[in-house]
Amino acid sequence: MNALLFNSTLVIYAVVTAVYLIYLLKPKESLGKAALWLTLAGFLVHCGFTLNRFLEAGHTPITNLHESLSFFSLSVVGIFLLLERRYKISILGSFMMPVALLIMIISASFSTVIPPLNPALKSKWLAVHTIMAFLGYAAFAISFGVSIMYLIQSHFLKTRRLGSMFQKLPSLDILDDISYRCLTFGFPLLTFAIISGAIWAETAWGTYWSWDPKETWSLITWFIYAALLHGRLTTGWRGRKAAMLSIFGFVIMLFTFLGVNLLLPGLHSYK
Amino acid sequence: MNIIVVGLSHKTAGVEVREKVAFSPTQMEKPLNALVALPDITEAVIVSTCNRVEIYATTRDVAGGMARLKRFLADYHNYPLETLEKHLYSYHGEEATRHVFRVASSLDSMVVGEPQILGQIKTSYGYAAEFKSSGIILNRFLHKAFSVAKRVRTETKIASSAVSVAFAAVELAKKIFGELSDKTVLLIGAGEMCELAAKHFINVGVRGVMVTNRTYERAEKLAEEFDAKPVHFEALMEHLPKADIILSSTGAPHFIIHEKDMEEVLRRRKLKPMFFIDIAVPRDIDPKVNDVENCYLYTVDDLNGVVATNLEQRKVEAAKAEAIVEQEIGQFFKWLSSLDVTPTIVALRSHFDEIRKAELAKTLSNWKDLPPGADKKMDALTNAIMNKLLHHPTSLLKRTDQGSRNDLYVDALRHLFDLETPEQQESMMELED
Repeated sequence: MNALLFNSTLVIYAVVTAVYLIYLLKPKESLGKAALWLTLAGFLVHCGFTLNRFLEAGHTPITNLHESLSFFSLSVVGIFLLLERRYKISILGSFMMPVALLIMIISASFSTVIPPLNPALKSKWLAVHTIMAFLGYAAFAISFGVSIMYLIQSHFLKTRRLGSMFQKLPSLDILDDISYRCLTFGFPLLTFAIISGAIWAETAWGTYWSWDPKETWSLITWFIYAALLHGRLTTGWRGRKAAMLSIFGFVIMLFTFLGVNLLLPGLHSYK
Repeated sequence: MNIIVVGLSHKTAGVEVREKVAFSPTQMEKPLNALVALPDITEAVIVSTCNRVEIYATTRDVAGGMARLKRFLADYHNYPLETLEKHLYSYHGEEATRHVFRVASSLDSMVVGEPQILGQIKTSYGYAAEFKSSGIILNRFLHKAFSVAKRVRTETKIASSAVSVAFAAVELAKKIFGELSDKTVLLIGAGEMCELAAKHFINVGVRGVMVTNRTYERAEKLAEEFDAKPVHFEALMEHLPKADIILSSTGAPHFIIHEKDMEEVLRRRKLKPMFFIDIAVPRDIDPKVNDVENCYLYTVDDLNGVVATNLEQRKVEAAKAEAIVEQEIGQFFKWLSSLDVTPTIVALRSHFDEIRKAELAKTLSNWKDLPPGADKKMDALTNAIMNKLLHHPTSLLKRTDQGSRNDLYVDALRHLFDLETPEQQESMMELED
C-alpha cells in the first residue's frame, strides 16, 4: 500500500511536471488548468501516503531521509497550491513542480522500509520539530523558485527579450512579493524549529546546544535569512539583490538538510 | 435573398473622401429609412467610423441593389458619383459575408486587432435595430459577425499585445510594477509622444503625475492639463526618488539623468524599481542607467522594437483568425440558403402529405365494410383539402413583387412546422453579449 501510494504520487508529479514544462513553451491556458487539477490530485494521494505511513509506523513519519524528503516535497506542493489559489499564476507550477518532483525522486532512492524508531526520537517533540522545520524549508524552496523567476524576468526586461515566456511570467512586483511572503512565513517556522529542537535536545541528550553540525548549519541558515529579512525591512533590499540572497539561502539550507545528514557525522545523521 | 456590401475604407480612400461621406451617429434615422425605401432594398445597416463607411443591405437584385447603394451614398452626401465610384468596393454573397466577418474581427482594420471596431459595428447595428431597417437576415448576419469576432478574440491572440509606443510603455510598466494604481509618473520636458504616453498612464489609473520643465511656467501649464503637480527642474534630483515611472523628452543636448546619481536616488526609495522611458533625441538619460540594479531604461527605439515584434505576432495570429472566418462563412450560408423559397415549399408539401397519407392509411385499414372505390375517393378528398389549405401560403411564398417578405415567412414556416433546416440553428440564435 505504502509503495503504491508513493509510486502513484511520483508518477502524477512526473506527469504534472511534464505538463507544466510544456505549458512553459506552449501558451495554452487549458494546459495550466489541467496541470493544476493534476497537482491537486497528486497532492491528495501524497497526503494519503503520509497518513498511511503515520498509521503504520505509529509516529510522525519524518524519521529518515526517505520520509523527510517526501514530507518536504508534500509541503512544497501544499504551499504552491495555496499560492496558486491566491495569485492565480499557472507558470509558478512550471518552476515549483520540477523541484517537488526532484525531491521525490531523491526520496525514492533511499530505503523505504519503516525502521525501528531511534529511541532518541521517541518524543512528542518529533512532530513539532520536524513539521515546522520542513514547512519552513518548503517556504524557502518556493521563495527560491520565485527568485529564479524574478531573475529571469528581470533579465528579459533589461535585455529587451520580450518573448512569449516574458509575457507569461508575472510582474517583478508580484514575484518580489511572493518571495517576501514566503520568507516571512518560513523564517518564524525555522526559528521555532531551532528553539523546539534545543528544548528537545535538552530532554533527550541533556544539553540545549552541542554544536552538532546540523545545529551549526541551521544557525548559519537562520542568520542568512535573518540578514535578508532585516536588510529588506531597513534598507529595502529587494528585487535582484533579495532574489540572489534568497537563492543563496536556499543552497545553504539544502546543505543543512542533505549535506549535513549525508556528509558530516553527528547526532542528526538519520539516513 | 442576397446580402450586399457597398462602402469605402482607409484602404481605398483618403480621409478627405471618407469624411465627406461619413454619417453622423446622431442622425441615423433619416438615411436608414431612406435606404429601406429604395426599390430592391429590403434591409439595411450603415456602419460609419473614422476609417470606413459601409452599407450592408439585402436585395433580390444584386447588380441593381449595388448600383442603388452607390447612388444613394453619393446623392445623400451631394458627392459626385463619378469621383466616389473609384473609391468604392462592393461585395455580394460569400464575399460580402467574408468582408463583414473580417471587419468585425478587426482583420480589416488599419491596426489589425484593434478592439474598437466591434463596438462600433454593434452601435451601428443598434441604430438599424432601433429604426427597424434591419430584419431577419441582417439581424442574424450581424449577430453571426459578432460571434465570429468573439471567437477570433478568444481563440487567437490577435489583440493581446500593444501596438503603439505609448501602450507598449504601459504594458512594460505593468510587467515591472504589477499594479500601477499606487505609482507616480514624472514627466520631464514636453513633446507629443511623451504627453500621449502620460495620458495612457493616467487612463490606466496611476496615483499621481509630476511635471517638470526648464521653464517652470510651461511645467505649470502642462500640469494643469494633466491635473498634475508641477515641480522645479532644478529640484529634479529631489523629486526623482518619488517617481516610479519617468518619461523624459527634453531638448537638452546632454544627459540630464546620470548613472552616478542613481545610487543615491535608489537608496532614498529603498531600492524600489524605477522605469525610465527616454523619448528624447538626443537622449536625456545615460544608457548606463539600465545597468543599475532595479532600474529599467527603455528608449523610443526599444519601444518601437516592441511594437514591431507585436505587429509581427499579430500577423501570425491574423492567419488563424482568417481560418476561423472561413469556417463560419460556411455555417452562415447553410442557414441563408435554407431561406430559399422552392425547397421550403417542397418540404412543406411533403410534410403535409406524409401526415395525410399516414392518417388515411390508418382510417382505411380499420374500415371493415369499405364500399368499392371509396379509398380512391377518400384519397382525392384529403388531397383536395390539403391543396386548398396550402394554396394561399404557397402563392404568397411565390410572390416576388416589391415589399414581399418571403424570407420572413420561410423562416417562420420552417420553425412552425419543424421543417428540416441545416444544423447550427441554435448556435446562430444565441445572442452574444
